[in-house]
Amino acid sequence: MNRSEPLILGIETSCDETGIGIVRGRTLLSNTIASSMDEHARYGGVVPEVAARAHLEALEPTIHAALAESGVALADIDAVAVTSGPGLAGALMVGVGAAKALAVSLDRPLYAVNHLVGHIAADILDADSPPIEYPTVALLVSGGHTSLLLVRDLTSDVVLLGETVDDAAGEAFDKVARLLGLPYPGGPEIDRAAVTGDPEAIRFPRGLSRPGDMAAHRYDFSFSGLKTAVARWIEQREAAGEPIPVADVAASFREAVVDVLVTKALAACRDHGVPRLLLGGGVIANRRLRDVALERAAAEGVTVRIPPLSLCTDNGAMIAALAAELVMSGRPPSTLEFGADSTLPVTEIQVAEAVA
Amino acid sequence: MILGIDTSLGTAVAVVEHDGVVRSQVESVDPRGHAEVIGSLIGQALAEASLTAFDITHVAAGMGPGPFTGLRVGIAAARAFALGRGIPVVPVVSHDAVALELLLHDALTGGYESDDLPFAVVTDARRREFAHSVYRGLDDDGLPVRIAEPALTPRDDLDAVLAREGVLRRDAERVPGALLALCAARALTAGRVIAPSDALYLRSPDVTPPAARKRVGT
Ligand SMILES: [Zn+2]
Repeated sequence: MNRSEPLILGIETSCDETGIGIVRGRTLLSNTIASSMDEHARYGGVVPEVAARAHLEALEPTIHAALAESGVALADIDAVAVTSGPGLAGALMVGVGAAKALAVSLDRPLYAVNHLVGHIAADILDADSPPIEYPTVALLVSGGHTSLLLVRDLTSDVVLLGETVDDAAGEAFDKVARLLGLPYPGGPEIDRAAVTGDPEAIRFPRGLSRPGDMAAHRYDFSFSGLKTAVARWIEQREAAGEPIPVADVAASFREAVVDVLVTKALAACRDHGVPRLLLGGGVIANRRLRDVALERAAAEGVTVRIPPLSLCTDNGAMIAALAAELVMSGRPPSTLEFGADSTLPVTEIQVAEAVA
Repeated sequence: MILGIDTSLGTAVAVVEHDGVVRSQVESVDPRGHAEVIGSLIGQALAEASLTAFDITHVAAGMGPGPFTGLRVGIAAARAFALGRGIPVVPVVSHDAVALELLLHDALTGGYESDDLPFAVVTDARRREFAHSVYRGLDDDGLPVRIAEPALTPRDDLDAVLAREGVLRRDAERVPGALLALCAARALTAGRVIAPSDALYLRSPDVTPPAARKRVGT
């Protein structure tokens, strides 16, 4: 195998995006995504069985599209990479089954990797930014996860500082959008509604931010109380026969989410003496989150890295990129003895690593 | 050389020559854990057949019926293996493999599935239901004649339903991978398509559009 610039095909099926990525070393050749988002829209959230069925149908055409875009033949691939977890079990299994069979049929090694660490690896593929420096704090925010990590080394040392104890931030956006009568997915809709709103109009609670919470949950997040607070506020208004100021509710809700995310991420930077913050996950598409993070980080002397948005949402390129780093650092492939692990801890960067 | 993969019950993998010679057959009877074992079983089936992936010319895929989560693993694996080798997938109704095994066994031993007696292959579909398909004899291509397509029936009702039609009940706990590949071999020889190219789910996904907003109280 080419260990200096390995050609990797990555398969990602942890949620509702069927992602196929092809990278050569640190160079992105294709980031092809088929999303089943539209099929979930009428249910107001990702339906696991619908997502899993869509993965099975989308895998083959998406692989073909990625190969065509990159001008690569399967026979040229040095290794196959796949997300083992965390994510939706039934969805992950489609990717795992396909990746194993593909690796066996091509007679190539297989690297089974962690989805969350993949989000960090996405940054490596950004040709326009200087190499990532360690250690860095990483804030990963999407519809499926909200995690704060300390990354000392991408391939060997990632620690979970905190995560959501209930809803992911993206889920909170979806649920509050529904409360306001806005369609799914909620993030862009809340953003649009918030444009003319006053973020200070309503002081919604910041979850797990009281002094009493900070001992046990300094870096953890909670968004279900916030969602309930928004629901209650709307109900009280309606009971009083008053109109709902949708723009103000959207802006104030978003501000509460953004505030708690950025506050905790910067606290982690400060506490660990790390002046670097990496943002990832689909919710990073939220402009207000990026603006507040950049502004407050600058005030504290923290440098913020944000991969291109196409690499922030779930994708196969980040999975391929992480595997490429593993190959380049001399790590042996995974055995075929692993499954989908819906709660895979972030410390397990690679699963089922063969004994070298 | 045909690689057969089925995960509609346990995980079954086999390699069969076009003329029906079975080169290898391996399986895990665990009704879960398909994703865990699929890669190793494919490797093992090739090794026991003293072949490499490059010797395989077709992949027979068991399309179900079967519990969704496991079923998909085998179909995904069959498609991906075929993609990696640039060879075709031959979809097979998983119950056909069981029916062929019963009919061949019957031909050898003179059992009771004679040509004119219809019988149902019955498998667990979870959620208090059985999946079943009805067969009667072999056709000229040596393939089981499916006279009723795969369907679901509540467990408690199945015996009455089959008795009404005069159909024998044959429960299956496993799908024989070699017979699945043999179905594909016979279909290829006859130039026939014997199964749909999509999974036989038989059920819509369990989803309900969101209800009206719940009150959270004050
Ligand atoms: Zn993600």
